[in-house]
Formats: sequence, structure tokens, C-alpha cells
Amino acid sequence: MTARSIRTAAWRRYNWRVIWFSLLYCAFLLPAVYGFKHHLITGPIAWVAAVLPAIPIIAIFASMGRYLVEEQDEYVRMLMVRQMLWAMGFTISCATIWGFLDNFGLVGHVDGYWIVIVWYFGLAIGGIVNKLTLGDGGC
Amino acid sequence: MENRLRVLRAERNWSQQDLAQRLDVSRQSVNAIETGKYDPSLPLAFRVSELFGLSIEEIFLSPSRNSSKAI
Repeated sequence: MTARSIRTAAWRRYNWRVIWFSLLYCAFLLPAVYGFKHHLITGPIAWVAAVLPAIPIIAIFASMGRYLVEEQDEYVRMLMVRQMLWAMGFTISCATIWGFLDNFGLVGHVDGYWIVIVWYFGLAIGGIVNKLTLGDGGC
Repeated sequence: MENRLRVLRAERNWSQQDLAQRLDVSRQSVNAIETGKYDPSLPLAFRVSELFGLSIEEIFLSPSRNSSKAI
């Protein structure tokens, strides 16, 4: 039996997956940006090149789901679930508010991928809420 | 949920980390359970009761029984 800090074995595995998928994201994104900027990519290849950077991001979200399955410490898992619920609530609230502001012509359109950035911001808010209410921010 | 975990741990001179090792959970989990911020699942409650050789009711105080006493 080994002692575990709040950074559990499952958390370390999750971190490694995120690092690898982030590197893969860069590997897909940089050539795509270069290719589109210099008009080197056209036709069906353009569709593939445009979607490829999204795949590692989706994989990072899948890694979060896998982390929840692998995490053996139920309290630590609950902290992460709470963070995710805050992230979801924050994101859909922002999207709803922005949608109405956009409809009434008060703000401009934003790129769809911002939803991911807002979600991660919500995850940080969830961590702060955990810290304030339970004394533990989570992983 | 109120419980006697801190007392039982102190009787054995165990730190939170010691208890966490024995239960195979994080120290933060032990702290959260002790302070009543987190109610353990039934499997974890059984692990706690087996570790101390006591029934679950002898460690964790039933909230419904406590509230009926208050009434």
C-alpha cells in the first residue's frame, strides 16, 4: 500500500496524456497555419488540414473522461467532477449571454474554438470554488 | 456527516497521512471526511470500519438519528 498525495497516479497519467496531445496539437496546427497562409493547401486536403488540430483537443477532453474512470480516490474524483460542472455551467452561461448580445447586435461574432478556452477558464473557477468551500482545490 | 474518525485515529497515534496510507486514499480525503466536508461512499466506509474493527454506526453518526434526537 503506498501513500498518495492529491496528485494521484491517475492524475500523473492524465498529465502525460495532455502533454502528448498538446504537442500533437502544435504539430498539426503550425503546418496548417503555414499552409493556409501561403495558399499551399486546397481542395479536400484543406478540410483534413483544418480539422486535424481539433483532434488532439478532443482527445484531451476524452482524457479527462478517462481520468475520471481511472481515479481511485473518490474524494479527488469528486473535486474534479465539481470543477467540470462549474466549467460547464460557466461556459453555457457565457455562450447564452453572448448569443443574446450577438442577436441584438451589441457584440460581434466570435470564433467557435473560444468555447474551449472559456471552458478551461470555468475549470479554474471550479478549482477556486473547491478551495473556498472544501479547502482543497483539486488536482 | 459527523464521525469519530479523528478520535479513533488519535487513540492509535496515527497521523492523517498514516490513516490515508492504511485506507489507500489521499491525506486530503481523510481530512475532508474527518471534518465532515465529505461523506465517504459505502465501500470506503466499510474499509474504515474494518480497519478500526468497529461497525459503521460506531464511527459515523447517523444524520437522521441525530436530527430525530434534536426534535
